[in-house]
Amino acid sequence: MSTRTILVLVERTKGQLEDSALELASEARRLSGGGPVHAAVTGNGLGDLPGRLTEWFDQVHVFDDLQLNEPDGEATAELLFALIDRERPWATLIPHTNNGMDLAPVLAVKADCPLIADCLSLAATEEGLSAVRTVYGGKVHARVTARATDKGFIATVRPGSCAADPTAPGAGGTVVPETVSELLVPHRRFVETLIPEAGAVDITQAEVLVAVGRGIEEEENLEIIKSLAEALGAEVACSRPVVDKNWLPKNHQVGTSGLTVKPRIYIAAGISGSFQHMGGLKGGPFIAAINKDPAAPIFGVADVGIVGDLFDIIPLLEEKIRELKG
Amino acid sequence: MEIIVCIKRVPDVSEVEVEIDRTGQGIEETDLVYGINEWDNFAIEAAVQLKETHGGRVTAITVGGEDDEEVLRRAMAMGADEALHLKDPAFENSDGYGIATILHKAITARPHDLVLTGAISGDVGSGHVGGMLAAKLGIRQVALATDLTVERSRATVRHEVEGGLERVVELDLPALVTVQTGINEPRYVSIRGIRKVSGMEIPVASASDLGLDPATVGREGARVITEELFLPPRGEGAEMLEGDDEEMVDTLIERLREHGGL
Ligand SMILES: Cc1cc2nc3c(=O)[nH]c(=O)nc-3n(C[C@H](O)[C@H](O)[C@H](O)COP(=O)(O)OP(=O)(O)OC[C@H]3O[C@@H](n4cnc5c(N)ncnc54)[C@H](O)[C@@H]3O)c2cc1C
Ligand SMILES: Nc1ncnc2c1ncn2[C@@H]1O[C@H](COP(=O)(O)O)[C@@H](O)[C@H]1O
Repeated sequence: MSTRTILVLVERTKGQLEDSALELASEARRLSGGGPVHAAVTGNGLGDLPGRLTEWFDQVHVFDDLQLNEPDGEATAELLFALIDRERPWATLIPHTNNGMDLAPVLAVKADCPLIADCLSLAATEEGLSAVRTVYGGKVHARVTARATDKGFIATVRPGSCAADPTAPGAGGTVVPETVSELLVPHRRFVETLIPEAGAVDITQAEVLVAVGRGIEEEENLEIIKSLAEALGAEVACSRPVVDKNWLPKNHQVGTSGLTVKPRIYIAAGISGSFQHMGGLKGGPFIAAINKDPAAPIFGVADVGIVGDLFDIIPLLEEKIRELKG
Repeated sequence: MEIIVCIKRVPDVSEVEVEIDRTGQGIEETDLVYGINEWDNFAIEAAVQLKETHGGRVTAITVGGEDDEEVLRRAMAMGADEALHLKDPAFENSDGYGIATILHKAITARPHDLVLTGAISGDVGSGHVGGMLAAKLGIRQVALATDLTVERSRATVRHEVEGGLERVVELDLPALVTVQTGINEPRYVSIRGIRKVSGMEIPVASASDLGLDPATVGREGARVITEELFLPPRGEGAEMLEGDDEEMVDTLIERLREHGGL
């Protein structure tokens, strides 16, 4: 059996290692067939992180430089391109995050590698790199194959879709300091990072959330959701389209570009269940979904599901809860 | 300012029973309602607003078949000045890289200060085309913009980054920006608005018009091929409640109570 070199881009958020790092380390190990697994990590003042990563990776390429204080997709693409050119990995795995979306397509063109985006699982086949990914908003899955080239592959992998090994393989890897100054051409001028304002309500602390999505159709209809939330003593959360339309402020949005919440109970009405939405739901809550489409992806992740019209179900639910509570 | 906006027509599958077609590589298209890709609608609005502020020209471009022309007309009804339809049987079944290759050929041949794409398409959902196109054009790019202003030859872009944060950056033009939903409030397109542009001639360009080797695009040129589509198992894990609304709601309340929600 042939072995393969796999390179993983390790991502950090606000200085913290993302879960995706260990998920990708484990997936890379499976793909490598016993070949070496490399990591690339970028930042300014990485401290003991590279050392810790040697438990999981055979080589940890460290780009630690003042210029990398603010992540910049184009700069990262340039650094990774030089690394791919030198190390020639069979595949490079990148988390499918905002940062990954920013850099992977640029990198794929620079490095002239086929790119598969937003993969749920990966496999090495005779033809090349095969992956399962979602299409049509998660309603359909696709098995795709990137044809083999002599340049290797790039895949962005959805966070949370691959299991991280429970313990580090004890790779006993080495830290490889990389030079940055010669590589980096500043593409973007950094102006500022915006920290979202805290609002009157804090859905991140709520025990029970009633969440609403595009299925609510009109701003006025939000009343039925608010009134159910009141009956339950819950807070109101929502999916992105509701915020895009300015029907609720941004600090009600759950998801990868919104807030991460960890309630005990999550009632989702008129929400299809995109991974960007569900990505904001942590801590394994009990999820109840109400959707008129029996094939809505949210039923794949919910604990209990009602196929029905939210305009019938929500008021009925409120009425019965108010009766119960007296 | 010369603004190019790349747009795509996609089916809305949010409330339909999707079925895999006989080839196993596509979905049954009868009964599907098509429209502008959600993200591209915001991109058109952003382009038109910039033109209204700074003057210049907005050109909407799509790679697609006969029926896809309707999104170009829609863009014109929203205020795009010109449209370009990249149409050739050789373009069919292109992957994201192929689409970027075709768009690159068309855009590189014309003036472009700012190129806008959607962040992602609702059907393929790769979010590939924008970044690849920028790299091919050799221009700067930023993904997932939630605000975009231009001052002389510099764009200021607010974009979504890790951890629910946003970052503001500046780029020199020419540049490509991929547009996120919510960046603006796309204007309403009336039937009358569409009717007004219905007589306008929309230029069409084929592979040979673009000087493009057909073997580099379409199914033949694809770097990533779709082997098969399949439906994920339904309601896996979820207890699907049965009965009439009353009964379902009663059971739901029981479940909520069991899990400490009441
Ligand atoms: C980079 C990126 C980041 C993103 N970040 C986020 C994020 O943080 N949070 C987020 O939510 N999204 C995010 N999105 C958007 C995400 O991809 C989806 O588009 C979005 O979550 C869809 O919201 P929805 O489920 O409300 O709408 P839809 O997908 O349109 O679903 C609406 C649902 O309502 C159902 N419905 C309609 N009418 C009724 C009725 N009367 N009764 C019952 N059900 C009904 C429909 O069957 C459908 O399933 C992001 C996207 C990108 C590209
Ligand atoms: N066929 C196409 N014609 C024109 N633009 C496209 C086409 N396909 C994708 N795009 C653009 O690329 C963006 C991202 O699409 P995708 O990479 O498919 O997720 C879309 O929002 C469009 O702006």
